[in-house]
Amino acid sequence: MLILGIESATGRVGCAIGGHEGVRSSVQTTRDRHHAELLAPQIQAACSHAGVALQDLGAVAVDVGPGLYTGLRVGVTTAVTMAHALRVPMVAVSSLDLVAYPLRHTGRTIAVVIDARRSEVFHARYGCLPGGVQRLDGPEVGPPDHVVSQILATGDETLVVGDGAERYASMFEGLRGVELADPGFAHPSAESLVLLAHALALREEFVRPDEIQPLYLRRPDAQPHQTASSS
Amino acid sequence: MTAAGDPILGIETSCDETAAAVVAGGRQVLSSVVSSQIDLHARYGGVVPEVAGRAHVERMVPVVSQALVESAVDDSDIAAVGATAGPGLVGALLVGVSAAKALALVWDVPFVAVNHLEAHLHAAFLDEPSLELPVVVVLVSGGHTMLVLMEERLRYRILGATVDDAAGEAFDKVARYMGLGYPGGPAIDQLSGQGDREAVAFPRAMLHDGWNFSFSGLKTAVINYLRRQPDAPAADVAASFQEAVADVLVAKARRAAAEHGALGLCLAGGVAANSRLREMTLDACTADGLAAYLPSRAMCTDNAAMVAAAAWWRLKADGPSPLTVGADPSLGLPEG
Ligand SMILES: [Zn+2]
Repeated sequence: MLILGIESATGRVGCAIGGHEGVRSSVQTTRDRHHAELLAPQIQAACSHAGVALQDLGAVAVDVGPGLYTGLRVGVTTAVTMAHALRVPMVAVSSLDLVAYPLRHTGRTIAVVIDARRSEVFHARYGCLPGGVQRLDGPEVGPPDHVVSQILATGDETLVVGDGAERYASMFEGLRGVELADPGFAHPSAESLVLLAHALALREEFVRPDEIQPLYLRRPDAQPHQTASSS
Repeated sequence: MTAAGDPILGIETSCDETAAAVVAGGRQVLSSVVSSQIDLHARYGGVVPEVAGRAHVERMVPVVSQALVESAVDDSDIAAVGATAGPGLVGALLVGVSAAKALALVWDVPFVAVNHLEAHLHAAFLDEPSLELPVVVVLVSGGHTMLVLMEERLRYRILGATVDDAAGEAFDKVARYMGLGYPGGPAIDQLSGQGDREAVAFPRAMLHDGWNFSFSGLKTAVINYLRRQPDAPAADVAASFQEAVADVLVAKARRAAAEHGALGLCLAGGVAANSRLREMTLDACTADGLAAYLPSRAMCTDNAAMVAAAAWWRLKADGPSPLTVGADPSLGLPEG
């Protein structure tokens, strides 16, 4: 089964196409706040590189977050609309799972920390299993020192990864038993998404397009009866 | 109604309405679905951008599906997909633009980025097959107040605009002060029906000079009046306020029509649903021998039929938009 994976939860945006033989093509760009301009041309490029038409797809996978809201809305809307129009099922994967997955051979506990802006991070911890990872706690949103105390409380040997881990690196450096992963692993990737989604698709862990929503983890900031403008 | 070809799917998500429509030949509305978020924003007293963005994501696919089903047009017969790309709330616009591009890719048809203001200008002509140009358009909503000379299809001149609050914003602010809730326009319109519109002589700012508008002073005058006269009948205050707004809008539009040799007056935008504004526009057109183009109320407020119509005209004139087009929250009306 050919799967299109769409990933736009952080400052990066990308897509990949693949199936049982692995990833056939992928396009990824880091250009903050330009997800809406970049994604559709990327999908065209990924299709032509892979030599497939959208009609050949058997499923659409999407990173549902948590992450930056604007990018997430672009990725989720694009993926859901495409799957609906193509009449194919979807696979939903969390950005935190995607960041943990490439580190599945580390043997240590993995703490994924994604920048949530406003001095907060999205985070979850994972344990390694043969062939994959398993979430131990999270996803949660909170200040980065909350992650530090969680790690210290468990005493686990921990690999910390994600763009939030990069941003708040000084808080993790020098902690006993804690190491920062290589910055190359900091962002969720569309390639990992396709690989993970393919494994989920084999187990028929599909969702319908209308069941997919971005994972925001925060309520909209708004006070009832405050002034706001309309259009 | 003649059967027209080229059905276009339009998508609108610039503010707080998630809308999709299928319009054939730029004129024949085959379906128009609007999912309003008024219920979600009412308790905040105005549109909250993050709440709007989330709701658009949730409602996009159901609204598009419903528009397709109601139009009875098969997916494979859609000739192009148009979406509002600006102006509006960026997080809201991106949802419609992304959905439209996704559909254009899957169906392999052109994508057309539509200017929301231009879409409003097309609303009146959906119901009106014979349009004689030039016309003067009063474009009034919560976000915009403009006097536009439409010389030809897709050729506009902005004669004037508000220097402070938009007309719809003045309605919302006065309604909020009077405790009438949100949105303010329909509430004031309804209350005014039982009031005396000559009860209070509120100021008509810039009535005789230039083409610009100012509504901030009027809003302050209403609030000051209510502070001094807390027992004044609310219906009289509402009717007098509404009269002042409509008076300035219609007076300027009439003067502009005379000066530029326009053949008609046209209303567009959410405030164009206001009963008194419609009544005064009709009276002015009768008196001056002008054609009156008053879109149905459903076509005044944000909808996707007007987006599909504008997309049809733009596609004919300029061809498809590149898929690299993003949302532009401060897009202006193209002039010239
Ligand atoms: Zn509008």
